[in-house]
Formats: sequence, structure tokens, C-alpha cells
Amino acid sequence: MVESPLTRALLRLASALTLAFIYVPLVIIGLYAFNESVTQGWPIERFSTKWFSVAFHNEGVRDALLLSLQAALGATLIALVLGTLASLAVSRYAFFGRESLSFAVILPIALPGIVTGLALQATIRDVLGPLGVTFSLTTIIVGHATFCIVVVYNNTIARLRRTAGSLEEASSDLGADSWQTFRYVTLPQMRSALLAGGLLAFALSFDEVVVTIFTSGAQQTLPIWVYSNLFRPVEQPVVNVVVLFVIVASIIPVYFAQRIAGAGTVIADRRAKGGVAAAIDAEP
Amino acid sequence: MTAVSYEQPPPRRSTGRRLSTFLHRHPRARLGLLLAGPVGWLVIGYLGSLFVLLLAAFWDTDPFTSEVVKDFTLDNFATIVETPVYRDVAVRTVTMAALVTLTCAVLAFPIAYYMARVASSRTRGLLVVAVLMPLWASYLVKAYAWRTILSDGGALNWALEPFGLSFDGYSTAGLWLVFTYLWLPYMILPVYAGLERIPSSLLEASADLGGRSVRTFVRVTFPLVFPAVVAGSIFTFSLTLGDYIAPDLITSQQFIGTVIYDSRGTNLPVAAAFTYVPIGIMVLYLVVARRLRAFEAL
Repeated sequence: MVESPLTRALLRLASALTLAFIYVPLVIIGLYAFNESVTQGWPIERFSTKWFSVAFHNEGVRDALLLSLQAALGATLIALVLGTLASLAVSRYAFFGRESLSFAVILPIALPGIVTGLALQATIRDVLGPLGVTFSLTTIIVGHATFCIVVVYNNTIARLRRTAGSLEEASSDLGADSWQTFRYVTLPQMRSALLAGGLLAFALSFDEVVVTIFTSGAQQTLPIWVYSNLFRPVEQPVVNVVVLFVIVASIIPVYFAQRIAGAGTVIADRRAKGGVAAAIDAEP
Repeated sequence: MTAVSYEQPPPRRSTGRRLSTFLHRHPRARLGLLLAGPVGWLVIGYLGSLFVLLLAAFWDTDPFTSEVVKDFTLDNFATIVETPVYRDVAVRTVTMAALVTLTCAVLAFPIAYYMARVASSRTRGLLVVAVLMPLWASYLVKAYAWRTILSDGGALNWALEPFGLSFDGYSTAGLWLVFTYLWLPYMILPVYAGLERIPSSLLEASADLGGRSVRTFVRVTFPLVFPAVVAGSIFTFSLTLGDYIAPDLITSQQFIGTVIYDSRGTNLPVAAAFTYVPIGIMVLYLVVARRLRAFEAL
């Protein structure tokens, strides 16, 4: 060991402080959900769970939650299909434009969200609008699926790289057709990677706000409901409850994804890191 | 796995089977089927949308109705270059991104070093998860948490009060703090990975040759881990550059993201032209990062 005992003690202290910096704000905002008062003072004087039932019976919150769940489910399904197809093509075939494809997969999260959002909005309004397309659940799903593909892709391609194509060849040598090979050989190998990727895609879609604002029109997903109500002092207690719910609802799927895929395969970061790493992996 | 295929029914002579045989014999057709969806969605749908946006920057707007008129013009770019407000906003945003990146790098080092070289493997695993999990907690929620904490009667000023201090949270300094908080894990993880890759023998050799801790760190550790810092900075920099929600929640000052967001409805061509700034800066940043071997550190 090169580090002196003093250095090690200082490093331990600094690490503890950094972790506190990361977690204290989350704990504080979690506590506000139990604040009895409508005003957001600190310290919280009296605790109560009354706002939970208020939030539960709030029409706007319910509609927003339903819309968020629909959007996340739709986006996850599309991302699962497209992410799997893309990873199969990139890992099992050599073709012209392979690197460009893996680049196109990561671009939606590598570019600032506002660029992706504005691009989709301009296209939906100015190009597809005259054809009768309006902002709806479908456009929200399209936006979410676009940046969710990469998390599925990252998980499945990591798995496909580790499993040899020779198993699939053996399967066809034994008389299985393409579909049977996919169904009985390729798919079972990818099952846990798909589950992890799907959970991450769901979590990513469920709390997305930057792109959603541009593709949702007048509809409100749960994060957009929060965004449009957090400036209203009267709604503050309900916002706090919803915020606690969103924290828990987005962390639970990630926790399970980690358990399933192992911390190593869950891409550390929801945005660029996973993407850039995938692009580099894809280089032959 | 292979045992399963023995249990398959004998070959059927159905259309499905014939299609399957055809696909087996024609790998190109198989590839085409695989690619149709992703390419259609991402290349035609997504890249097409980006193209629409980049093209919109060259359109004109009717000065009276502020309707978009599809006449080719470079006026929008001229507006952005010549109007001092746009320049100030761009400079302010880039300065903020640089400051946030620097702060994140400084804060990330101790914990990353502790995780990589001091902690036991069990603690290390726990710490990786502890740093990773908050990344997935909603970004809006975290920005909102800070809006609450930084308010006049909030937790931060409550904590500072006994020391006779106060902090105007809804300010540029407050936003700097919030951005640092939001993107810090994006820096910790690559730096940790970079430090973990350095063989202990190198540091021991430096110590054997008389290098004290500080000297070893400056001359050996830091140069080796620098590409990882650049890798982390890609996220801290790019995420700050394009953000519009945290500035909206914390300050009344304009940043690139807020300007684009505010002008999206009233003047799409100028908003589109302004997106060339963050896109251009990020492309440049990625080129330099590649030179510095940052991609290998990811």
C-alpha cells in the first residue's frame, strides 16, 4: 500500500461526505412528502401522511400516472423489439454501415435532450402535421422509444458478444429452422439481458421530462404534471408526495435490473456513457 | 440448450417453414429483416427529424405573423452571431459547463480513489451501487429537491444560520451547485474505473524510487487517469450545455437551453439555428476527447 494511514483516513472521510452530498437532498425531499403544512419551511414542524390520500384522489395525478404507465409500457415494448433486432444485426453480421447504425442508436441520448425534443416536435408539427398527425400518446411513445432503444441494445449486445454464434450454427446443423433457432437457442440466452434492458427502459421512460415536454402536446405525464405544478404553492404538498413516488418507482426497476444483470452490465449511466461505450464496443 | 432441439417436431412443409428455409439460405434477406425496423426508426425517423430541425434554421419567418416561411436565408445565423444577448448566453453557458466540469472532477477524485484503491472489495461493490442508484432517480426530482433546499426558508440556509451565514440559492452560484450535484456521479464512475485499471506495481515503484504520496499522485496517478477524467467531462459538459429545466427552476438567468426552449414556439428558425451552438461545441469536444484517448477510458 502506497497510501499512508492519514491519507486513507482523509479519503474515507471525503468519501463519506460525498455520499452524504449525494443522498441528503433525496432524503430531505422525501421527508417533505410527510410535511403536514402547506408551506415548505425547514425544519418540518409536524409530520403527517394526510397528503398521500389527497394525492391519491387527485384527478390530475391519476390521469398523469395512467398516461406515464401507458407511455412507459409502449416505449419499452418498441425498444425491446428494435433494440434486440439492432443488436442481433450488429453482433452477428458484418455489413456496410454497421458502425453508423450503432452510432444512430446512441445519438438520441448523446445529443442534448433539448435538441432531440425540438427535432421531434418540429417534425411532428411541420412535416407530419399536414398529414393529420397530432400530439398524442403515440407521439410520446415514439419520443421515449427513440432514446430507450439504446438501453436494451446495450444489454443485449453485451450478452450476444459473450455467447458464440456457433451455438446458433449448431442448431441449424441439427435441422432447426431460423425461427426455431431464434426461439430455442438465441432467445433463452438473451432472456435476462432483455429483462434487465426492459426494466431500465421502463424506468428511463417513466421519469423522462426533457424530451416529453416537446412531444406530449397538451397531455401530462407524471413528471410533466410535477413540472407544471411545482410553481404553484397550493399544489406543493401533492407535488411532494408525487415526487417521493417517482423516486421510488424509478429506483425499484433499476434495483431489480441490477440484480438480474449484475452491476457490471447495467450501464452505469442512462445517457451518454452507455451510448459512447456501445459505439466503441461496436468497432471491430 | 442443445437438448431442447431434439424435442422439436419433425419438419413441417408449411409456408412458414419454406420462408424459414429461404431465410436460412439467404443471409442477406435475414439481415434485411433484422435491420428494417431499427434503420427505419432511427435513421429515417430520428435522423430525419434532426435533419428537419437543422434545415429549419435556414427558413425565414414572417415578421408580422411569426409564421415560418420556407425561403432559404442565413439571417437566423446572422441574428445569433450579431445579437449580443445570444453571445452572452452562449458564453455564460459554456463558462458554467466548464466550471461544473472542473468542480465535478475535483469532487469525484477522493471518493473514486477510495473506491478503487483503499476500500475492501465488498465495500467497493456497495459504493459503486450507492453512486449508481441516484443516477436513475428522476432528474426533475433532484432539481426540484434543490429548489426546495435552496429557498430562503430552506434547509441550506437553516444549516448556515448558526454560523451567521446565508446563501442566495436562486442565483448563478446556486445553479452551479445544482448542476454539480446532478452530474457528479457521471464523473465519479469513469474516474473510479480509470483508477482501478492502474496496476498497483506502478505506484509502488514510484514509492520505492522515493516518490512521496503527492509526487506519485501528480507524476504517475493523475497522468494515467486523465483520459478517464476527460471521459467523465463529456457528460458533465454536454449535460450542462443543453439543460433548460434546472436553470428554469433555480435562476431567472438565460442559458442556451432556456433560450431554445423559450423561442421554440415564437421563432422556430432562430431556435433551430441556436441548436447549432451546442451541437457544434459537442462535436468539437468529442473530437478533442478522442485525441486524448478518452473513449478508451470509458
